[in-house]
Amino acid sequence: MIVPAFNEEGAVASVVRSVHEHMPGAGVLVIDDCSTDGTVSAASAAGARILPMPHHLGLGGCVQAGYKLAYELGYAYVIRVDGDGQHDPRDIPRIFERLRSSGCDMVIGSRFADETGSGTGVVRRLGIRFFRAVLRPILGQPVQDPTSGFVGVNRRALDVFSRSFPLEYPEIEALVVLQRRAFRFEEVPVKMRPRTTGRSSITPLKSLYYIVHVLLGVFVNVLKYDRRLHRAQREKGRGPISGVGGG
Amino acid sequence: MDRLLNVTAGMSIVLLVLVLASVRRAHIRVEYSVTWLVAAGAMLVLSRSRTLLETLRGWTGLPDTPLTLFLFAGGVFLLMFFRFSVIISHLRDDNIALAQRVAILEFHLRQSISTTHET
Repeated sequence: MIVPAFNEEGAVASVVRSVHEHMPGAGVLVIDDCSTDGTVSAASAAGARILPMPHHLGLGGCVQAGYKLAYELGYAYVIRVDGDGQHDPRDIPRIFERLRSSGCDMVIGSRFADETGSGTGVVRRLGIRFFRAVLRPILGQPVQDPTSGFVGVNRRALDVFSRSFPLEYPEIEALVVLQRRAFRFEEVPVKMRPRTTGRSSITPLKSLYYIVHVLLGVFVNVLKYDRRLHRAQREKGRGPISGVGGG
Repeated sequence: MDRLLNVTAGMSIVLLVLVLASVRRAHIRVEYSVTWLVAAGAMLVLSRSRTLLETLRGWTGLPDTPLTLFLFAGGVFLLMFFRFSVIISHLRDDNIALAQRVAILEFHLRQSISTTHET
């Protein structure tokens, strides 16, 4: 279990305890993004192992560090839970079970999979609808909650993400990265809880920046992987000809 | 027109001196100063050589010589900003990869130390 956290002193300990309660035996790694409060001591006291970043990397850099470590330590599955307490650890066993039984590479905890969309504001809901529409033709399958950070990945996805992971606003771009490599993902319904401590950093201006940034990231990834695919196909096409010549 | 060219020449000289002084004090690395020096040098040459500026105006088909000078300067500086954006992006990626590596190595080190203490 990886828990990215930045200044989550008030919530991270209960997240760690709750994860231990619902996934006994699972290792919990809190990735501290250079918090200035007592996040590290709170998480450590609750029984988590800590991966402290030497300076503030942002969410993507932080999550990727967790993926890299998990990959190096040989973990077969990793589930990410945010340190602000909005993800309900009671849903973790279902995500884990789906990850193991379905054989897909990524399972997304979706607050819309059962159409309730609990704990989501109007603006965010609109943003999610917009991204659903954009992603539908790119991914070739519908995704109800593309912005969810409550995700589980298997070792194949872990391998990809430990080498290449979007650094800012990673959730949507990560889906495109996986899809372009023909990896499979599924969604399971989860409940999101309201934030109990700290404040969300999302402002209208940041939301606009988010949309532009993510759209650009998505299209760059699409172009990048399509170009690689075409190059690979071209090289594959050349293969037999050179083979004949060489023989 | 003459005043404009003189001001441009003066600004180019100030830029040249500033960049050279910064390189001497190691505030700018030599490899990153070259672009600035070339840009300032080009501006200085253009502002001192009317023939060259007129030739450039003729090539571009612009109606005005001062406009040619400023468009050229703007173009040069836009290219420089682009080059530095590329450099900064590479540095940021390298920096994040290094920070992650340091954090992971520290983690392994702490684990080994605690294992050693336990045994």
